Amino acid sequence: MATVTFKIYRYKPGAIDPPRYDTFRVEVEDHTTVLDVLEILRLDDPTLTYRHSCHHGSCGTCGMLVNGKEVLACVTNVLALKSDEVVIEPLRNAPVVSDLVVDMTPFFEKYAPVEMPYIRRSEYLPEAEPPEDVGEYMRFESCLECGLCLSACPVVATDPDYLGPAALAAAARVVQEPRGHDVPSIFQMVDNDEGCWRCHAAMECSAACPNGVDPGGMIMFLRKALLTQKR
Amino acid sequence: MQKFHVVIIGGGATGAALAHDLSLRGLRVTVVERGEVTSGTTGRHHGLLHSGARYAVKDQESAKECIQENMILRKIAPGSFELNNGLFVAITDEDMAYRPAFLEGLETCGIPYKEITPQEALRREPNLNPAVKAAVEVPDGTMDAMRLPLRFFATAQRNGAVIKTYTEVEELLMQGKTVTGVRVRDHVTEKTYEIGADIVVNAAGAWSGKIAAMAGVHVPLQPSPGVLVAVYGRWNNMVLNRMHRSGDGDIIVPQRTLSVIGTSSWVVEDPDRLEMKKEHIRLMYEYGAALVPAIKGAKMRAAWAAARPLIGSGGAQTGRELSRTFKCFDHAERDGVEGFVTIAGGKATTARGMAEVTADVVARKLGIDAPCRTREVVLLPHTAYYRRRW
Repeated sequence: MATVTFKIYRYKPGAIDPPRYDTFRVEVEDHTTVLDVLEILRLDDPTLTYRHSCHHGSCGTCGMLVNGKEVLACVTNVLALKSDEVVIEPLRNAPVVSDLVVDMTPFFEKYAPVEMPYIRRSEYLPEAEPPEDVGEYMRFESCLECGLCLSACPVVATDPDYLGPAALAAAARVVQEPRGHDVPSIFQMVDNDEGCWRCHAAMECSAACPNGVDPGGMIMFLRKALLTQKR
Repeated sequence: MQKFHVVIIGGGATGAALAHDLSLRGLRVTVVERGEVTSGTTGRHHGLLHSGARYAVKDQESAKECIQENMILRKIAPGSFELNNGLFVAITDEDMAYRPAFLEGLETCGIPYKEITPQEALRREPNLNPAVKAAVEVPDGTMDAMRLPLRFFATAQRNGAVIKTYTEVEELLMQGKTVTGVRVRDHVTEKTYEIGADIVVNAAGAWSGKIAAMAGVHVPLQPSPGVLVAVYGRWNNMVLNRMHRSGDGDIIVPQRTLSVIGTSSWVVEDPDRLEMKKEHIRLMYEYGAALVPAIKGAKMRAAWAAARPLIGSGGAQTGRELSRTFKCFDHAERDGVEGFVTIAGGKATTARGMAEVTADVVARKLGIDAPCRTREVVLLPHTAYYRRRW
């Protein structure tokens, strides 16, 4: 048990405007996450808004900045931050709707047209023999559509037309495992100045990704695939 | 004042499926949800697409609902499930003693199954406890607990439904003994306003007792939380269940790059106050390891609690004794309160069926003759939910 100070960004257009930081002191246990803290605070202040759903790092909704770093709040242990004061803010490079809630519409505007199938071949236990009617084991894609990579990307910060790491990583997945998709049209989508060639290889996206997608590596994969294809 | 045919309270799986059903029937619908969609119980379940086998012995009504909805969901939401089937495995002699009743239950409930040898079970799932004595394959699967409801919301939205998040019901508007709408607080604008409705549906899940109380009626709803633990890595690809009566920690659901072990069960009065039971984390590891020994050393990603909305009267001790089936209450018939319907109980797997039953009640009350179409209409992809402004 320890008492930690939380400074939370508050903004509601027309209501809490300009933004301010509210300060709370909360007793945390060794298993308490940043999302747990928000849930505790909301019991007393139902106006505190944030996105959340699965509470285990699978839905990707609770992306936010904790002490300046992109994280999923539900898998961020408070004591592991080793900080007496924890600052919680909304993700960067996305319009703030209310408090910690950002508008994900621009994210999906870039990402959805790739139409990455959300199911992929499972690479786990390759020695296993799946049931006859299953054929091959499948699993959901790794990308949680959380937007942490866009928040961390220095190019997204300055260029609103850049396709961005999430959409490019999704495009690379389609190239790797097309599942009936038209790969040439995916190449066309990414082979331009606002596509995979716009990346500066800062690799902040890969550092921020909470689920091992490695968008930066996937962008490099696309470049290589394009160069190989043209040769 | 804004007016809709139907106001649905609660943006979980039930509210999502109901908004979809009612909008397909041509009704003007809005959903009010105090937080983000699927932020209550819906998003937090283990992600099991039930075959119904879990309930084949003790809760056959629920089992039949599950297998029927399982088959419908595969058709209307292709691409939203890891369809790797599931195994029920017997590890001990006690499990083996349960096997005859289990197989009989599967027959009775019409759940397709195939018994396979322990050797074959181990070929399919190499990490399975080698002490396995019997294994039965059933059409379990994994769903994305948030993205499946998002597909219902997305399709409802396309058909005109208005989804209002961060919008909390403060009061039900009443004229005498008739509910005529809701007064809500918008937590983004900090404004309070009223929404008129011909019918208000209480689909607030574990919170539906609180909403019903606003109309002065009681629904027999028992919030029953459980602890779930997600560990890194897929230790199995099929859903692994223990072949015994429903108990704690008897399932490992592989999901994306994780394995989810569930669950414990107890009962609470207030679904907003779910204390995390640390002891249950240890128990989940212990029981999970009985199915897959390697779970013992797997790194934990998260432990969390979710409140099941079970139908039951007072006196439930753990929630295990309560059925997983659902019930639609027309409060006009039951309590003399007109314009107010509660849909309670059920599971994520049966949300579409719950919506169909509820929408039938709503349509009958409104004198509308439109049939249910949700068994056939293929849902939009989940990404379309965000297509509000482009």
